[in-house]
Formats: sequence, C-alpha cells, structure tokens
Amino acid sequence: MAKYEEMSTIQETTNEVLGLAAEHFKVPREELTPDDDFFKKLGINSLQALDLLTRIEQHFRIELPDYELQGVSDFRTLAERIQKRL
Amino acid sequence: MNHFRGKMLSWDCAEGTIELILDRAPCNEIGSATLPELEQFVETLPDLQRESHALIISSARKEGFCAGADLRELYRESQPLQPADRLVRLRNFLERIHRVMNTIDSAPLTTIAAVQGIAFGGGFELALVCDLIIADKTARFCFPELRLGLIPGFGGIPRLKRDVGNAVVRDLLLTGRSINATKAQSVGLVSQVVAEGDALRIARSTAAHLKKFDRETAIAAKAFIKPIPHDELRREIEIFCDLFTRPAVEAGLRKFTESSDALPYLP
Repeated sequence: MAKYEEMSTIQETTNEVLGLAAEHFKVPREELTPDDDFFKKLGINSLQALDLLTRIEQHFRIELPDYELQGVSDFRTLAERIQKRL
Repeated sequence: MNHFRGKMLSWDCAEGTIELILDRAPCNEIGSATLPELEQFVETLPDLQRESHALIISSARKEGFCAGADLRELYRESQPLQPADRLVRLRNFLERIHRVMNTIDSAPLTTIAAVQGIAFGGGFELALVCDLIIADKTARFCFPELRLGLIPGFGGIPRLKRDVGNAVVRDLLLTGRSINATKAQSVGLVSQVVAEGDALRIARSTAAHLKKFDRETAIAAKAFIKPIPHDELRREIEIFCDLFTRPAVEAGLRKFTESSDALPYLP
C-alpha cells in the first residue's frame, strides 16, 4: 500500500511539473509526456530551465539545488528529484 | 551629464534619483565594452550625486539582471597571449572593475539593486555593492565560479561575508548553487521580494520614500554601518589571479566558451 501511495504521489508530482512547464512556456499540456526531454520539447536553454526551477521551487515550496539537475533532462526524473524534497 | 545613452548602459537623473540601466545582450555580461561605460558612470557620479539621494541599478534585459563577467571574451582574448601577459591583462581588468564596484559601494547615496532573473557571478557582485536588493520572484543569485575552478573576482566574497553568515557564504561559494529570491531574503540578502516585473517600480517607490530623510544623516549612517573591506578585496584579486593560471580553469573556460547553449547556466 505504501509503495502504491508513493507511486501515486510521484505521478501527481510529474503531472504538476508537466502542468507548470506547459503553463510557463505556453505549450499545450497534452503535448508533453513524462519522458520528454524538456530542453528539446520546450525549446529552452539553461537560463530558461532555471526559470522553470524557480517556479518549481515556488510551487512545491522546496529548495532544489541546481546540481540536483545535473544530467536531468526529462520531466519524470525531474519529478523524482522534486519528490525526494517533499 | 544627467543623461547618458551608451551602447551597454544608460543613466538618468531625475527627482533626486539616479537610475543606471544595464542593457547589453544577452544578459549584461561585463567585459571590455561595458567596463568603460561603467567607469564613465562612476567618474560622473560625484556630479550626479550632488542633487541626488538614491541610485537604482537595474537591467533592461528580460534575461536577467546580469550574468557576470564576459567569460567568452575573457577566454578568447587571453588565448593568443603568453601566460605572463594574460595575468597582466587580467589583473588590470580586475583592478578596474574593483574601482567601479568600490565607488558605487561607498557612494554617499542609498543604492538599490532592482533584480529580476539571474544575478550570477559578477552580476551578483554588482547587486552586493548596493545597500538594498529588491528582487522580483524570478530572481536567482549564484556564484558559479567554482564550476570553472575560480572564485568570485569582483569583490563578491568580502561583500557577501559583510552581509550574511559564514555558513551561507560557504554554501553559495562551495556548492556553486543558485538560490531564489525567497531563499535570498530568508538569509538576509534581499530586502524585499516583489511580484514578477515589479522590482524597478518598487525600487523607485523606495527611493522616493528615502527622499524624506536628512541626507547628511543617511550618509553618516551608511559610512558607519557599511565598511568597505579593502584588504580582503585586494586579497581576493590575488587569489583569483593565482587560480586563473591553473589548467583546470583554462579547461573550464574552454568548455563554457564552446558550449552550444547561449547561456550555459546549469552545472
């Protein structure tokens, strides 16, 4: 049961991240999937990724150091990093 | 000269407030083009401040306040030089930027940095010379120099030490991570966090409010509570120059310069 709840929460977190990205970068939500490379899919650079990071921190009320994002380029892994901070 | 429009920045002086606005694509990188205009500004400052009580520094770039030193230029222009000449050139640049920073830091005005977006490296250092930082919700502050094998070279370490606890200095310096405006306020760096796009507006209303106070008293109070850490600033230049000659730094700068990302800000 605990594992299901944890998986469910990661799914919720992933959906929220997708929603934040869609809203901020003005991309239709239905076009984004968890395994998308957000740099390529959103057409953003690292500066814009930092902007997304700020919004994520504000939305989830966490601190997410930039080095946690090293090597992270898909929404699913990003959500996992966020989940560890909740 | 109450009004100036340069290629990299502009300033205006009206109703007792000087506004210095940075405007160099992509994000106000400070290099050989911006530095002379900054020097011109601080040379003019004694005349401007006669009738002024406040200085606001802000950015016209949507990308942010300032991304710091123009590292690509620094790397590119140092490459053809012999190591000894590279150091001479670097030291000259640092001493010039320190003179600019020190002048603003000690100006007999209340200085306000209105920050949106990134204030990284030298951009963070520029904000730190100001008496107050007003940041909007998009602001992020960072000393990424360690990623390049360097330390901040525009006076950031002594000034950060002046403003916050040593644990925060170690965190920012040794991890090279960026912090958002809310975090920056919680550690005492940022005076006010405002809505996106509102930093300059709030800085202006703050400056207008300051006009009510006796200027000589404000100047005396500032001089008393805000010492300029001259010895440490000089020491920082020495350490920076020592580190700059290391192969790891050249490799870091080369990687930064060769990155296809126009603004490679993630670690």
